[in-house]
Amino acid sequence: MQKIEVKKLNLWYADFHALKDVDVSIGEKKITAVIGPSGCGKSTLLRVFNRMNDLIEGVRISGEVFIDAENILAAQADLVKLRKKVGMVFQRPNPFPLSIYENIIFGPRIHGFENRYELDRIVEKSLSSVLLWDELKDKLNKPALLLSLEQKQRLCIARLIAVKSDVLLMDEPCSTLDPQATARIEELMRELKNNYTIIIVTHNMQQAARVSDDAGFMLLGELVEFGRTDDVFTRPQDKRTEDYITGRYG
Amino acid sequence: MERHFDEELQSLHKDILRMGALAQEAIYKSVEALKNRDRTTAEEIIKGDSKIDHLEVDIDEKCIDLIARHQPLASDLRFITTGMKINTELERIADLAVDISQRVLELSDKPLLKPLIDIPKLSAIAQDMVRDAIDSFIKKDAGLAREVVLSDSEADKLRNYVQNELVNDYMAKDASTADRAVPLLLVARHLERVCDHATNIAEDVVYMVEAKVIKHHPESLQ
Repeated sequence: MQKIEVKKLNLWYADFHALKDVDVSIGEKKITAVIGPSGCGKSTLLRVFNRMNDLIEGVRISGEVFIDAENILAAQADLVKLRKKVGMVFQRPNPFPLSIYENIIFGPRIHGFENRYELDRIVEKSLSSVLLWDELKDKLNKPALLLSLEQKQRLCIARLIAVKSDVLLMDEPCSTLDPQATARIEELMRELKNNYTIIIVTHNMQQAARVSDDAGFMLLGELVEFGRTDDVFTRPQDKRTEDYITGRYG
Repeated sequence: MERHFDEELQSLHKDILRMGALAQEAIYKSVEALKNRDRTTAEEIIKGDSKIDHLEVDIDEKCIDLIARHQPLASDLRFITTGMKINTELERIADLAVDISQRVLELSDKPLLKPLIDIPKLSAIAQDMVRDAIDSFIKKDAGLAREVVLSDSEADKLRNYVQNELVNDYMAKDASTADRAVPLLLVARHLERVCDHATNIAEDVVYMVEAKVIKHHPESLQ
């Protein structure tokens, strides 16, 4: 089943044509990796899914992007609802300078949750989902900024779970982590895909090959190839994909 | 863009070709030894097999090292994994040359049971198949590889013919011929196995070139 349908998507930053006629279907409860060289448009595409590009001056978009059959590019799209549904994890984990507990309940509070019992339950559920509950249940009032990088990244994912996002956008989520922490975040992603649709942008080809179900290769704003990860990494159909993943591109 | 990795792949390619040349030579010489009842050559082949065994281990290690250090993908990954498989097939072909040589030693002090007609034919097919399989690897020629796969049935037919002849025309009629018929029967079996290994190499080449699995899918040859 498809979660996201992108149809003839074009995006310009002023005169720069950053996304060109992108058509893609993203499966529900799957991990989809987007790979490509720097500046190819992969992060731009990711940011389309929760309309983060709207914050950039001079951006123009055409085409359609449906999430659960709703066109998120439509003028009447509810951005608060969209960003609740489609959360984002960034390259560097960015917890708020608050306690661990406050970080988790920040979103739910904005969305109207006030009942302490409810909030406690959300904190436990969210931290358990990212396998942090046992580690942190006795330290919930400690500042989140004191956590390790990996714990901070998990906490940021827990914040999305707390507001019941069902699409997780991950922009190079492991690029600041060591190999062991990376492996644990990848393991977490595999766990999360039982309940969430995950789209990851990564420069790490091995990570894309390891973790994703589907993969797309972007070049100069074009989605050159999209398919099952097994196929893209062992038998790419387009020579440009082959050249990039074998390191011949340049 | 030229990569340092390409030089290492080239070096692996050369090693596999060297392995192919040694396996081809072993098969050729073992069949010649059979035709000429030449014990010396048969013994040389048996002795020389350890060189091929060592090269097999070296190539495997090189492949594992390339995978570990470069984490290859796409055509590079297919080349290395195919190289590993071909390496094993070639080593087994060389082992079969040793088996044939042992049969030569068993037969060399006995009078020939019958003139060798079909076994040389089978050996010619086996040598052609090995040569073409290796050529298809060198040239990355999936068409030639498919031809190799198709020619395997001819080898099977000839092996069956030799087997029937030796069993029905000789051993069934005169049990005392068994000590000379059985080694010939085994030689036919060894040669037919050589053809099977050449077929495996060719199937691996098709995967390497086209990323298509034709093994166990005869319909995909058409």
